Amino acid sequence: MSEPTKSQAPAATGRAGPIRGTVPVLRGVGEMRHLGLVAALAILVVVGLVTRPDNFATASNLISILSLAATIGVITVGATFVIIGGGIDLSVGAVMALASVWATTLATQSYGPVVMAICAILVGTGAGLVNGWLIAYGRLVPFIATLAMLVAARGLAQRMSDRRTQLIQAENSAIVDLSTSRVLGIPLLVYIFALVVVLGWILLNRTTFGRRTYAVGGNPEAARLAGIDVRRHTMLLYALSGMCCGIAAILIMARTTTGSSTHGDLYELDAIAAVIIGGTLLTGGRGTIIGSILGLLIFTLITNLFILNGLNTSDQLIAKGLIIVVAVLLQRRNLKERAP
Amino acid sequence: MLVMQGIVKQFPGVRALDGVDLDVRAGEVHCLLGQNGAGKSTLIKVLAGAHQPDEGTILFEGKEVRPTSPIDAIRLGFATIYQELDLVDGLSVAENIFLGHEHARFGFTNRAAANRAASEVLARLGHPEIRPSTEVGRLSPAAKQVVSMARALSREARLIIMDEPSAALAHDEVANLFRIIRELTAQGVAVVYISHRLEEIREIGDRVTVLKDGRTVAVGLAARDTPTSRIVSLMTGRNVEYVFPPRGGRELGDEVLRVENLSARGVFSDVSFSVRAGEIVGLAGLVGSGRSEILEAVYGARPASGRVLLSGKQVRRGVVGTVRHGMGLAPEERKAQALLLDQSVTANITLGTLPEFSKFGWLDRKRERAEARRLSEALDIRPPDPERPIRTLSGGNQQKAVLARWLLGGRRLLLLDEPTRGVDVGARAELYAVIHDLAKQGIGVLLVSSEVPEVLGLADRVLVLREGRVIHEGDAAGLDEHRVLDMIMNGKAA
Repeated sequence: MSEPTKSQAPAATGRAGPIRGTVPVLRGVGEMRHLGLVAALAILVVVGLVTRPDNFATASNLISILSLAATIGVITVGATFVIIGGGIDLSVGAVMALASVWATTLATQSYGPVVMAICAILVGTGAGLVNGWLIAYGRLVPFIATLAMLVAARGLAQRMSDRRTQLIQAENSAIVDLSTSRVLGIPLLVYIFALVVVLGWILLNRTTFGRRTYAVGGNPEAARLAGIDVRRHTMLLYALSGMCCGIAAILIMARTTTGSSTHGDLYELDAIAAVIIGGTLLTGGRGTIIGSILGLLIFTLITNLFILNGLNTSDQLIAKGLIIVVAVLLQRRNLKERAP
Repeated sequence: MLVMQGIVKQFPGVRALDGVDLDVRAGEVHCLLGQNGAGKSTLIKVLAGAHQPDEGTILFEGKEVRPTSPIDAIRLGFATIYQELDLVDGLSVAENIFLGHEHARFGFTNRAAANRAASEVLARLGHPEIRPSTEVGRLSPAAKQVVSMARALSREARLIIMDEPSAALAHDEVANLFRIIRELTAQGVAVVYISHRLEEIREIGDRVTVLKDGRTVAVGLAARDTPTSRIVSLMTGRNVEYVFPPRGGRELGDEVLRVENLSARGVFSDVSFSVRAGEIVGLAGLVGSGRSEILEAVYGARPASGRVLLSGKQVRRGVVGTVRHGMGLAPEERKAQALLLDQSVTANITLGTLPEFSKFGWLDRKRERAEARRLSEALDIRPPDPERPIRTLSGGNQQKAVLARWLLGGRRLLLLDEPTRGVDVGARAELYAVIHDLAKQGIGVLLVSSEVPEVLGLADRVLVLREGRVIHEGDAAGLDEHRVLDMIMNGKAA
């Protein structure tokens, strides 16, 4: 059976019109969904230009928006995978804090900045593996397993640091350089963020891992009966999320020059909100990286506008809450229209 | 008491009910008989308010009624006891009995009163030993059934519909069930009783209505005196034309599958058989006979003891292993178990063999699309556009996509569970041809279908199952539908 498969494949009628004709249509539907997000972003930009013509469109403000978005952005990429895979990861903020503390202990710092970065990523991945193992093989509900990790990781971070903020020492300033050194006027950490987004997009859209993620989230029973190792894949998804937390830890260390158990408080909510606004179904099986990033940028932009205009942070939270609801309501309407 | 006339219910692609008449008298046990797919479940759902009929009238106690929701049906005095009991495991017995009509004042439940009332109802059913405060999840299946019935009673149902109530019960529990049914009917309650077991119908039933292909073919037969042969022939003589490809033209090769003493406690026991390359082996049996479960066990998706050998080698248990060794399953519930409805036809076809389309995890999407296109054309999947979301395809074309999934990657054995369920007549013939082609290419096929003619028409060899055991094995050519149904229903290996 596999023989004709292989020999015929490249020459087959594959590239005929219908495929060419419909793919853009499908893409168009996908983009239509993103179009709403892009429009929302555009409106926010206009609001910024109108209310603060003097300092909204400045290079320094735009860079500060991107730097702010970078940390949560990296976490959001991991969260998108977990949520498309039908799960949820509440522990991201706490795991990032733990990774930042672990990487900035005096012991770790003595090995230099490269080891610190590797340490942060390993700690994050390790915590993610624990989450994934508990969920996939221990059969804990994702909400519970990652809630437990949230509490425990934060506690461990406090213990390791004695609740003190750990400064990055001068000889390890290479880490801090990620936020201060610029290429083409943009800080390195923004490039790291962009790299993670691109790699995430490739992983989700061009590899078997990504395809399986959609399958496991969309219909776990069908995935299982098609011969996919659903449990192993689930574990890997949480490990991936943890790894993203480790990378985010490096970025927050660079931005704040510290490792601290208080880093990343409530990041999990921002990340999940961004993913939802981006059109990913909380029930799994559907979603995009691009959408999540647009969702995150909308959130970050709102924060920025409120700060620039000197508005109350409480009102800012109310605005964010409204945006989540409106975004989900709009997407539900889209879904209905797409149904046959 | 209840008269249904000319009930029609249309689903996309299928006419599930096509003019059903039913006439139930007060105080009788009215049995509903029919093969799977005859329309029994749909009819029950119409009465339970879950489906609205497209045509026809329902008269209840002389008045025309039209239950538009489950609540509506309950208000009318209809209670349905489903095969899968619809109880909330986490609530107590009393809470389940009075769910939806609690003993409450200003929103506060009165637990003592509810427990008292529940005790009363349970005592009336002859089960005072079930304590109202027990959590339902801890009860045995038989006790759950009693709770279900208590719920129907507490709502003062005038008509109780029971869908295979004895399926989950042991023998002495069935006797108790019958005692309860007799008490109910003595009080003027009408019972619509659905079962595949003829001996039960003989024992408890008063009259029988037979459904076939969504139509009533016989009304009000005497349950005790009508000969079995008459009932079986009413259930079978069918209108659906089966178009099977001619047998033969296939060469049987070596044995691809050998199953030895496969057992799963309480589901099936001591099942042994083999399938040769290019051979189609059919499993015939009722729901609950273990046919789908045997398929799942062979596939490694369900734990079982015994040995499964693929081409002489024992396979590592678990689906990941069996798929790698060349098995494929087209499961019974296409939408729930096989398809990613949001994804394209292509993604659904390649789901089982992704590693074939990738290098180091990198998907070769061009090749993937080309292969999906080739298979779409080979199986004539319509519309011929593999990039469409699969949810927009008809059932028959979705099923073809599931089959296409296992045309990839050099399968040696295909397990097909109800391959033509929910598929219209035209597409059926095409699926039959596809299945034959598969066998012709040297793939072994193990087929399960609740439609006996389908098993007989497609398979070379047939295994008849009853209550988890193989009671007959033989060439399909030497069997007819009558004999198989007789074995399935009466247990005689005639």
